[in-house]
Amino acid sequence: MPHKTFFWFFFPSGLAMILFIGLPIFSSFFQSLHIETEQILIEVETCDPFGCEMEMQVDQEATGLLREESPLGRFNGFGTYLDRNHLAFEDLGAGWEIKTSIRNFLSIVLNLPFYKSLLFTLTFCFSVTPVVVCLGFIVALSVNALAKSIKGPVIFGTILPMIVTPLIGSLVLFWMIDAQGILGATLQKILDDPNLSLKASKNLTWITLIIYGIWHNTPFAFVVFYAAFQTVPQDPIEAAIIDGASRFQRVRYIVLPHVYPVATFIALICLMDNFRVFEPIIGFSAEGVAQSLSWMIYKDLRNETLMLFGSAGATSMLTILGVAILLTPVLIRTWKEFRTDR
Amino acid sequence: MKNFFYAILFSLVSTGVYASCNITNGTINILANEFATLRILMEEAKECAGPGADFSVTHSVDHQKLQGPALEANPSEFTAKIVTNGSITPLMNAGLLRPLDDLVAKYGQNLQKSQLITFDGKVYAVAFMANAQHLWYRESVFNELGIAVPTTYEEVIAAAEKIRASGKMQNPYGGAFKAGWNLSQEFVNMYLGHGGEFFKPGTAEPSINNAKGVAALNVIKKLTELSNPDFLTHDTNATKIEWESGNVAVMNLWGSGAATLLDDEGDQAIKADTRLAPPPTVGGGSNAATTLWWDGLAIAKNTSDENAEASFRALVGAASSTEMANANPNAAVWLIKGYTPGDAAIGVLAAAQMGATPYPSIPHMGLLHGALSTEMVEFLQGNESAEKALADVEAAYRAKATEQGFL
Repeated sequence: MPHKTFFWFFFPSGLAMILFIGLPIFSSFFQSLHIETEQILIEVETCDPFGCEMEMQVDQEATGLLREESPLGRFNGFGTYLDRNHLAFEDLGAGWEIKTSIRNFLSIVLNLPFYKSLLFTLTFCFSVTPVVVCLGFIVALSVNALAKSIKGPVIFGTILPMIVTPLIGSLVLFWMIDAQGILGATLQKILDDPNLSLKASKNLTWITLIIYGIWHNTPFAFVVFYAAFQTVPQDPIEAAIIDGASRFQRVRYIVLPHVYPVATFIALICLMDNFRVFEPIIGFSAEGVAQSLSWMIYKDLRNETLMLFGSAGATSMLTILGVAILLTPVLIRTWKEFRTDR
Repeated sequence: MKNFFYAILFSLVSTGVYASCNITNGTINILANEFATLRILMEEAKECAGPGADFSVTHSVDHQKLQGPALEANPSEFTAKIVTNGSITPLMNAGLLRPLDDLVAKYGQNLQKSQLITFDGKVYAVAFMANAQHLWYRESVFNELGIAVPTTYEEVIAAAEKIRASGKMQNPYGGAFKAGWNLSQEFVNMYLGHGGEFFKPGTAEPSINNAKGVAALNVIKKLTELSNPDFLTHDTNATKIEWESGNVAVMNLWGSGAATLLDDEGDQAIKADTRLAPPPTVGGGSNAATTLWWDGLAIAKNTSDENAEASFRALVGAASSTEMANANPNAAVWLIKGYTPGDAAIGVLAAAQMGATPYPSIPHMGLLHGALSTEMVEFLQGNESAEKALADVEAAYRAKATEQGFL
């Protein structure tokens, strides 16, 4: 394709990407460098049905003037990134000074909100992704081996978890694992522990979320693998059958190498998706024990009576950075393969 | 001329049928929290507005999260907002509410002076009901086990332990401990019950990491141990369901819960057995461990005078309707003139008589409230000490308050 044709071919999507992805990211970044203008407090008399009292209020006039002068707020540089609710380098340093052991230092680090969220996000990411890739592969293999007549309905049933809206899917499971729900009550019976609650302990909640993540993501891996299987050339397979290769050997030495790039692609997309885990935390009301980076952004913007734009912007930037770091090894690998292919 | 004639005729008829304010000009669009009492009020406001009015209302439990952006737009998304002493603060901070003095002078003849919420002498909201969390208990269970009605949280804990020991109920205590706003509110109650102050006087510096804060956390931990193990996922509505299922014999719940718990739906045996009691004190303190709340109406600043007037008239029509208040005496503790409190008002009235503290309407309280929950969970699960949890709350609050320009 000549460069000029390519340019005009790419131009519309490039423009849309700049407008709808590039600019918002830049604007979040710009916002994250600022904090609110100073709030000038005055004591005024406030009266309500329970009596009158002198209480502190924001001085509308004075604060309004400040806001008009600098609508973006005060420039704070990377201050918000470094504060305790984000990277908290100061607290890390102080923690290193007073630590009694590495274990103790770890507990100090994981007590900080950002690192606590990061730990859950990474745990979720790295537990869900490999299982999803393997399970998707196995499911695709099984479905591929089915008779043609029942393939359609089975495929539909298999991709159902992906079709269901994440929030609805997690809510349904949330009610099922309730102590009085069908899964929760059954587990209590099987394990003979009437106090067992999947929602109460941190570990069980994490496991529940991870299982939900696998349930929700597997269909994606399945669909992509299934499509890739249709492109596996039949000749070498037939040759292998004649040579007496077992089914396992055929999969191991012919199918797997053929769909290997697809597996990388699935792992890439899953890592990226799972790093932004959010809906199940809301659906399972798990914010008490499991916080993710995306949930932190939500909390800053929605769970507070005042919106913390700077803080939310900073967490967004750090999330983007996190995704970039996660993807680097896979990207480098793909790049190398691409180069050697040439 | 003919239309004019019909308009007059119609207005005469409707005055006769409804307690109507006959609003034909302007749009009324209200944002309100979601609970039964507010639905009753909105019905009344709609009736007052009359059939010709452009009237709509959005009920949402997420009203606090929606209100800021919705009222900041110009013209604002909603013309009026039902606020409380908690949710009015961010709106006041951002200057999104309109002073109501002229409208009160024009249409507020039937309001009581105590209904007017004033800041620095200007009316910004009109309260119509009072609310507070207080004790609820199951009389038959208490009688059977010979437990007296608790007046302190120490007695509540003892009572719940006794019920558990009797084998009648596994988790006899109920409370809204859902991580987030609800859990933080429990701390606010207990801390005020211990006589604590949230901030150093005259500043936005937090001061909760002290003996009172630790004591408050310890009481909450004991209560959660007597609650359903899923307590971190139970909000007010889930707690009501626990009560209606008969799993709970003593709980701390909003007075306005009576509208749902004492209605004709659900298990009538449990309803007949439900008793309301004053909020308990805690730690030998004399203050009730609860906060007083008012719910009231406020009008958006960024809306036209016409819309503001229409919304105010309709809502004040409801907020001064003695008829509505006396027809629903148990739905809320109304602040309306001529209201005779029903049986269900006892908890809230007692809270007021015991000199409970109103929830602080100070600008940075919301940030502290938001910082409390996450760290409290760590403590409740036994992962860190009370002192550490409180120090973490203060640190998280400081970072937020710095960003918001309070520190």
